[in-house]
Amino acid sequence: MNLSQHILSGLKSNVSAISKLQSWTSCRSHFTYFKTRVSGNGNLKKMNMFNAINNAMDLALQEDKTALLFGEDVGFGGVFRCSVNLRDKYGNDRVFNTPLCEQGIAGFAIGVANTGATAIAEIQFADYIFPSFDQIINEAAKYRYRSGGLFDCGSLTFRVPCGAVGHGALYHSQSPEGYFAHTPGLRVVIPRGPIKAKGLLLACIKDHNPCIVFEPKTLYRAAVEEVPTNFYTSELGKADILRKGNDLTLIGWGTQVHVLLEVADLSKKHLGIECEVIDLVSILPWDRNTICNSVRKTGRVIVAHEAPYTQGFGAELAACIQETCFLQLEAPVKRVTGWDTPFPHVFEPFYLPDKHRCLAAVREIFNY
Amino acid sequence: MALIQKSIKLSQVLGRRQNIKLLWPTTTSAKTHFQRSYTSVPSAQFPGANAPFVNTLKLTQPEDFSPIPIYRVMNSDGYIIEESQDPKLEKEVVEKMFRDMLLLNTMDKILYESQRQGRISFYMTNFGEEASHIGSAAALELRDIIYGQYREAGVLVWRGFRIDQFIDQCYGNDDDMGRGKQMPVHYGSKELNFVTISSPLSTQMPQAVGAAYALKRRPDNDACVVCYFGEGAASEGDAHAAFNFAATLSCPVILFCRNNGFAISTPSREQYRGDGIAGRGPAGYGITTIRVDGTDVFAVYNAMKAAREYVLRENKPILFEALAYRVGHHSTSDDSTAYRPAEEIEVWNSVEHPISKLKRYMVHKGWFNEEEETEFIKNVRKQVLKQISVSEKKLKPNWREMFEDVYAEMPEHLLQQRKELEQHIADHKDAYPLKEFKQ
Repeated sequence: MNLSQHILSGLKSNVSAISKLQSWTSCRSHFTYFKTRVSGNGNLKKMNMFNAINNAMDLALQEDKTALLFGEDVGFGGVFRCSVNLRDKYGNDRVFNTPLCEQGIAGFAIGVANTGATAIAEIQFADYIFPSFDQIINEAAKYRYRSGGLFDCGSLTFRVPCGAVGHGALYHSQSPEGYFAHTPGLRVVIPRGPIKAKGLLLACIKDHNPCIVFEPKTLYRAAVEEVPTNFYTSELGKADILRKGNDLTLIGWGTQVHVLLEVADLSKKHLGIECEVIDLVSILPWDRNTICNSVRKTGRVIVAHEAPYTQGFGAELAACIQETCFLQLEAPVKRVTGWDTPFPHVFEPFYLPDKHRCLAAVREIFNY
Repeated sequence: MALIQKSIKLSQVLGRRQNIKLLWPTTTSAKTHFQRSYTSVPSAQFPGANAPFVNTLKLTQPEDFSPIPIYRVMNSDGYIIEESQDPKLEKEVVEKMFRDMLLLNTMDKILYESQRQGRISFYMTNFGEEASHIGSAAALELRDIIYGQYREAGVLVWRGFRIDQFIDQCYGNDDDMGRGKQMPVHYGSKELNFVTISSPLSTQMPQAVGAAYALKRRPDNDACVVCYFGEGAASEGDAHAAFNFAATLSCPVILFCRNNGFAISTPSREQYRGDGIAGRGPAGYGITTIRVDGTDVFAVYNAMKAAREYVLRENKPILFEALAYRVGHHSTSDDSTAYRPAEEIEVWNSVEHPISKLKRYMVHKGWFNEEEETEFIKNVRKQVLKQISVSEKKLKPNWREMFEDVYAEMPEHLLQQRKELEQHIADHKDAYPLKEFKQ
């Protein structure tokens, strides 16, 4: 009995077990949170994701006297509490509200960074980043290139809450990373929880390129981990292998990582499939080596993201994997994503690439 | 019973308030009406505006505001109109102003022609706006940071950008500091504090405001930011963002509008209906505002001096509108006689031309020397023509530089793409203009 036959037989005998999982409960979130743990001797403190981001910005403002934090409503602590207490601690000239104008926030941030000062700019929701698209795409991303390196805005970081939240509908749920991934000159990262959020944010603040940190807002309170209290950075451009496996590679980022970790558990339990789960972390530039090495090993891959299917970042991964790992692929690259519709309100449970859809895709890949 | 007591108390309170003074002056009729009906009710304090009530409906009309006047020092004949406003600049300074305006004008004429001959791909002249460049630049310090639109080459001339630097940029050769990546006239200079020009209009405006905010925070700051933009660009959302951020965040920035009457073919009457750009400043955004005759180099100079002092003293922005006329075509891709009469252009190219006006002033002063002028222009022509032939022969940068400066360090995927192109070029040497590029 070869591997796929074994899995297929396992699949049949476990149908009833799987269907039990499918009863959608009134639970607001579509995922179960998997904690990241750190080893080492440093001081750890229990933090949720907004605490960890707050802690990162506190350290950044403390260490770098030029660092500024601004955006809509950041002064009183931010609508997601990420900047709470920072204005009291560092003063109104360093932590302040701007007028309600995203193109202004982005342009202002670029100008601050042009002088070499550090700018941490908040766009209140990723859904509202589009008015600043021109400043980010035509200006921030191209500053160094177009000036032959005379000028840059490398000391700027955008923090942008993104992703599904249960009831955010069209304009409080979007995952626009794909739009930005098409723009040379930017760094785009997405954390999966508090430890990563702090490390990535500090790395972006330190990095000499304009960075966007998309923060899955559903994790702000839901994700709690033991976070190191010291200053540390998480490597940019590097994916994390969260679970080793030889049968199938599951790739996601942000909240979707937790969906995939649960799918890996379910695949093992019910299908006998060992999934390798990878958090891509960095959307641009992204970690081709980690992804392609994994796919070369497993021969099967599923990419899952909340954003719509067509031209989502999954398409880039699929194309690159196909080009790089053609001879090792045992099945087509499968993408499980949001549908090609705007993000709906009451239909959210049917829209998301939840564990059931991902698990069905695992089955499909092994039936291929 | 309780209700009656309450109403008595209320009437007592209201009675006491009958002598409340009005916080703001109102018109007589409004005051009368106010006293008749509402004397006893305290005014609501709306957080959104600090203004008096009126009790008759009045539509506020654009005509209720007088246009902001145009500050002028010198008339068209080159005479100082009001003695107290004479900046009394030294002969050497005035001569530099004149020479820099002539240099810009002469270089523009030749580079414009060289584009028509197909020697450079694109060009934009500065005809008619020389005084607003030179007058404003002369009133600034070199440490002040400039953000421009694209028609401010005179500021660079004043600051010492050389003819070879201008022309090398237009050719995108190996001596171009921008490394051949942008179109002609997209100049930039780190040492002259002139931030590299980009094509998207107005994007530099909120950036200039951010830079000014960062400067303000430096200990003992003595530098401001100047942001140039046209009246067409002022219609962009980024202009609104910049005005409002500059005001609310109190930034030492001079927002300098070159209002030359046209945005390509669009006349200003199709661009806005208010009192130009200056009219938006005081009531619109709460920004102190100056409007000047942009063909009068002394008016621009005086106003910029005052503006610079103001923004640094107050840590607040200034909106500055210099009125002029775009004498040349919008760019080499435009024929402006398709949308405006040649006679109109001629007036601004002679009587009202900034260079002519300054020349007349110098004649009155006895500082003008016809021979010297002819010699200077001849000399500049020679330099520019020579530089064109030098610049066009220079090699372009190594094509591998195409992959540089995308990021601070070259990421793995770009290294790979460069390698891929290297291999491809090695295999197809004849298909590419390799001889024109450094190896």
